[in-house]
Amino acid sequence: MDIQEYFSLVFSDYTLRTITLGTAILGAVTGMLGSFAVLRKQSLLGDAISHAALPGIALAFLFTGAKDSNTLLLGALVSGLLGTFWIRGIITKTHLKSDTALGLILSLFFGFGMLLLTFIQKQPNANQAGLDKYLFGQAATLVESDVWLMAGVTAICLIVLLLFWKEFKILLFDKDYALTLGFNTKTIDILITSFIVLAIVLGLQTVGVVLMSAMLLAPAAAARQWTNSLSKMVFLSAVFGAFSGVFGTAVSASQDNLSTGPVIVIIAAIFVGVSFIFSPIRGLLFKQLRVIKNRRDLQLHKTLAFMYHIAETHEDISHPHEIKILNNFQGYTKGTLKKLVEKDYVILKGSTWSLTQKGFKSASNLYNQLTSSNE
Amino acid sequence: MSSAQIEIQLIASLVAVACAIPGVFLVLRKMAMISDAISHSILPGIVVGFFITQDLNSPLLIILAAITGVITVVIVEYIQRTGLVKEDTAIGLVFPVLFSIGVIMIAKNANDVHLDVDAVLLGELAFAPFDRLEISGVDVGPKSLWIIGFILVLTLILLTAFFKELKLSTFDKGLAATLGFSPALIHYGLMTVSSVTTVGAFDAVGAILVVALMIAPAAAAYLLTTDLKQMLVLSVLFGVFSAISGYWLAHWLDASIAGSITTMLGLLFLIVYLFAPSKGIIAVMYREKQQRTEVSLLTFLLHLKNHDEVNERHVNHLYEHINWQKVRAKNVLELALKNNMILIDKDVVSLTKKGEEFTSKAIDYIITNEDSQIEDMKDDFFLFRG
Repeated sequence: MDIQEYFSLVFSDYTLRTITLGTAILGAVTGMLGSFAVLRKQSLLGDAISHAALPGIALAFLFTGAKDSNTLLLGALVSGLLGTFWIRGIITKTHLKSDTALGLILSLFFGFGMLLLTFIQKQPNANQAGLDKYLFGQAATLVESDVWLMAGVTAICLIVLLLFWKEFKILLFDKDYALTLGFNTKTIDILITSFIVLAIVLGLQTVGVVLMSAMLLAPAAAARQWTNSLSKMVFLSAVFGAFSGVFGTAVSASQDNLSTGPVIVIIAAIFVGVSFIFSPIRGLLFKQLRVIKNRRDLQLHKTLAFMYHIAETHEDISHPHEIKILNNFQGYTKGTLKKLVEKDYVILKGSTWSLTQKGFKSASNLYNQLTSSNE
Repeated sequence: MSSAQIEIQLIASLVAVACAIPGVFLVLRKMAMISDAISHSILPGIVVGFFITQDLNSPLLIILAAITGVITVVIVEYIQRTGLVKEDTAIGLVFPVLFSIGVIMIAKNANDVHLDVDAVLLGELAFAPFDRLEISGVDVGPKSLWIIGFILVLTLILLTAFFKELKLSTFDKGLAATLGFSPALIHYGLMTVSSVTTVGAFDAVGAILVVALMIAPAAAAYLLTTDLKQMLVLSVLFGVFSAISGYWLAHWLDASIAGSITTMLGLLFLIVYLFAPSKGIIAVMYREKQQRTEVSLLTFLLHLKNHDEVNERHVNHLYEHINWQKVRAKNVLELALKNNMILIDKDVVSLTKKGEEFTSKAIDYIITNEDSQIEDMKDDFFLFRG
């Protein structure tokens, strides 16, 4: 199946439609909440939480024997929250730094989860075949009820986000101010963190514990490059996330042996790469172009100032001078001279140059109003 | 114990030691998450190496994977330098992408590769003794024992040779740079050692659990000591202890050895986290409670000093005026009595001579903005503390 075929089938084929819808919704909700994680410098929290969710899945299976995803995800939610609050405990109560706390919880919970998984596999009665999918995720196992669950959670997230938009925003950018205004920052903090945990847990079935953090970060990091406004960023990030989900599903469906999770992550990474390079204000490309332009302007001004100092020594400012004397001056090139002529600052006559009135005036004001000539 | 069991425990212990040493420095340099990133992102390096050599234990594979690890660090630092995203986001972006590339490479060649992702994540220590190294026909032991042993020896040599430089650049980068040690060289040296160790350990304990072996012993040791050498020794001990006890746990449960080792590390850290003498959570909470009581006591004594009127000093009034709950007020009163700071006469509280002396000194310190001196004063005046 190639990609075109995929898009023609996506509306008619039940499985494809479910999976595509699922990954799109997942991308949107993780992108939305990921913006907050990224801005709160909690980028790696997602990684830790998704790994910490693993023992919860295994324990939920051990205790209930159920294989339906809702029970398992509930277990994941509990253990993810436990991990999150333990991380907080370590950071606030001991002198261990946040990176140590994250790495600790991530690896210890994951290791414990692996112990449980291997333990379950050895059980004689185990119909455990489904648990492995939580490691790398299998979008193909999504069924309609899973998609409904995701849609429901997304709706709740959206409503809460809109209701507490002001609180979230102020907590994000000025926590102390929020405190002095009398907001209960602790509650808001817990609320937003819980939602991040919830979004991660939702994605475990599709993307898996190992790659979930990228789903949270990548759309937000890409969106951040295009705007400085929180609402636009959240919106863009949701759009990027949804598109990564859809394209990822399309690519992985169109090839054999390609699991969806890694492909979605790579598509999201492409979004990030493009945003890093091409975003107009922060992007690397335009930043580099601006640097080059500034350097040129500076050289132009330097040459003009040099000419001005020569012209100053003569009664008549348009007295012609040899071009040769410019040759030793650093920053002078044929290009800058040409540009000066274009701007009507200098007149060339044979092998000589002379300043015009306009050029003289502009040069004498160079240091006063650098900006006006710097269009 | 069979010889295979001894060999497994030996390999596990060596891996634990080899991981604990760079782990200490990663934790101290606040770069713990880098080890997580490296352990994920070496996957494409391993896969490419495996395609070339068709042998999971070949030295080329280790070198390629280690290079991938260092490349990860370089990319992360490049993204951080552009300032487009915050530091931790850069780490979080790079390694899932590299890991995904690795996973896809494995998946696309699944038919002709004896390498599956589970093995990369988990490793299989139980099979390690079956892959023997033979030198001219003589069996000299399991291959992975030799690999990790070699890495460990290398780490130890580097550690002893550059201990001073490492220590200095970890705790005072600026001074290290002025004294002429290149911080960049030490930084990338440490990253290279971490990458090599991660790769060496990966086939024993798996990529993700290497992180546990690096960070958990160091973190636990950091809660117990602030001396670098002690911290190194302690984390090595913790690592070896969990490696061996983890093996027996796995033996008993018939589960993954790597998972059990991590679980033992988790338990160990939990115990240290709760009970460490001065930095454990219980000690910290006890200290916080003590400090709260002492601050209350100070407030209470100053209140008495400020008020001569009898009604202000009546016990019942104090409950409502200072707005404490009864229990707390009672605690503070008792503490003050025990310390001979106050007298209670017909439910009216007044300062003793010692109390007067204490409060006037405290006020002096507060007025002159030397609040910290009060802490020392407590030692002089208090027989009993909160």
